[in-house]
Amino acid sequence: MPVIARSLDDALAPIVDGCVLAIPRESTGVAMAATRALIRRGVKRLKLVALPTTSLQADLLVGAGCVESIETSAVSLGEFGPAPRFTAAILKGAIRMKDATCPALHAAFQASEKGVPFMPLRGLIGSDVLKHRADWKVMDNPFDENDPIVLLPAIKPDVTLFHAPMADRNGNVWIGRQRELVTMAHASERTVVTVENLYDGDLLADRTLAAGTLPGFYVEQVAVVERGGWPLPLPEHYAWDGEHLAEYARLATTEDGFKKYLDKYVYERQAA
Amino acid sequence: MTPNEAPFRDEELLAAVVADLIGDVRHVAVGNASPIPATAALLARTRGNGRPYVSLLGSPKHTFFTDGGRELFDCAGQGRIDVFFLSGGEIDGEGNVNLVSVGDYEKPIARFPGSFGSSYLYFVVPKVILFRTEHSKRTLVPKVSFISAPGGSADNVRRTGGPIALITNRCLFSFDRTRRRFRLESVHPGHTLDEVIANTGFAFEQPPIVPITPVPSAETLRLMREVVAPELAEVYPQFAAKVFAVRKSA
Repeated sequence: MPVIARSLDDALAPIVDGCVLAIPRESTGVAMAATRALIRRGVKRLKLVALPTTSLQADLLVGAGCVESIETSAVSLGEFGPAPRFTAAILKGAIRMKDATCPALHAAFQASEKGVPFMPLRGLIGSDVLKHRADWKVMDNPFDENDPIVLLPAIKPDVTLFHAPMADRNGNVWIGRQRELVTMAHASERTVVTVENLYDGDLLADRTLAAGTLPGFYVEQVAVVERGGWPLPLPEHYAWDGEHLAEYARLATTEDGFKKYLDKYVYERQAA
Repeated sequence: MTPNEAPFRDEELLAAVVADLIGDVRHVAVGNASPIPATAALLARTRGNGRPYVSLLGSPKHTFFTDGGRELFDCAGQGRIDVFFLSGGEIDGEGNVNLVSVGDYEKPIARFPGSFGSSYLYFVVPKVILFRTEHSKRTLVPKVSFISAPGGSADNVRRTGGPIALITNRCLFSFDRTRRRFRLESVHPGHTLDEVIANTGFAFEQPPIVPITPVPSAETLRLMREVVAPELAEVYPQFAAKVFAVRKSA
């Protein structure tokens, strides 16, 4: 049974060096406080899988040297521009990129969710995305003739990490409309969640809340971290901190600026 | 300008042209960071008294999806999305779109964010409108470095979708799927055919006399400014403030 962790660091224990870590897109609930804690701990060689895109979270982890590879369909800071540390790392060849397309990631997580080895998907044939994915295959639809279709192997992450509005003491996590968080948890070996606050009572006992709840059965660790998504948004709770993201985009353009950002906002060292 | 033509902004012209391309359909989806296509989709909905459904990704208020990020793609795979918009770091004359990198993929000289849903949606959405406001030889190239989504496919590849047009800050092209070539349809007011040729990296068809893109009617401008702009401000506050001088209501 999941427990409410005593500290954020305790909750993050399942995220070990070299693990396959699934993270969600920035509009659904990204565990940013947890990400800063992982950088402080010095986590290494993460194999990130971002469903289906990622922004500041991956850029920070890449810049801080925590990442070996990323599988996703886009990395950018959205309206704040390109993801500077990701871009620099790709141009230097410092990380391995597994370029995908959004529905391929959704489908591959669903394969894991169902316990099947692969999922077919339309599209992709003739693209260089497919050409550069030796792990994706094309076969003929066995139910028809002359109908090639792409097969995607199931994605089975070691750990899924996200941030949500609330959890109860049984480890049930309310995710609301952000249903892909459920898919990620179903597909992963373990799931670590940070939440804004604890719900007094049983989320599954309330019919309205139960429909938007990830059962504690799938959850390994829960830590309470108020504003744990900052500076990214948490749906219906808070928006982007635009000023902060603009500052990040500016600083992270250079390695020196990025170090200053880490010192100030991740290591929280006082300026010398 | 004739006396009944009101002054308009470039963004309003492009949105009006795109709204006409959308046509009579059931469901238009607009990706993130696409304020002009969003304006066009909302304009089409206003004209159609609530039809088509418009899904503006990234806006909880303007999407009906309740099954997570996959619902958009599942919808599209079933043919439940009629129109979508794509841009590209590079677009070539065969309608191939590159959202990944320039140069050798293993050792790129420039890197873009990534393919997003393009490698799939380009195959399954019947009307994909390509959109690129920087019309230059850097963006409209003879051959893309990386194909995120191909403009055409072999005959045995199941494909219900693909490009129908490319709109830029200078002109409108249509796309001929059989010949896999663009055809210049019209040049926007204030721009010239010579300028389009000089700034396009690929060859294209053109009619003997190239028309000027029709300017938005007074009624279209009124709908955009009075009905669409306040809705748009919810999703694209900066764009709505700049183009329509509309502020998000408190």
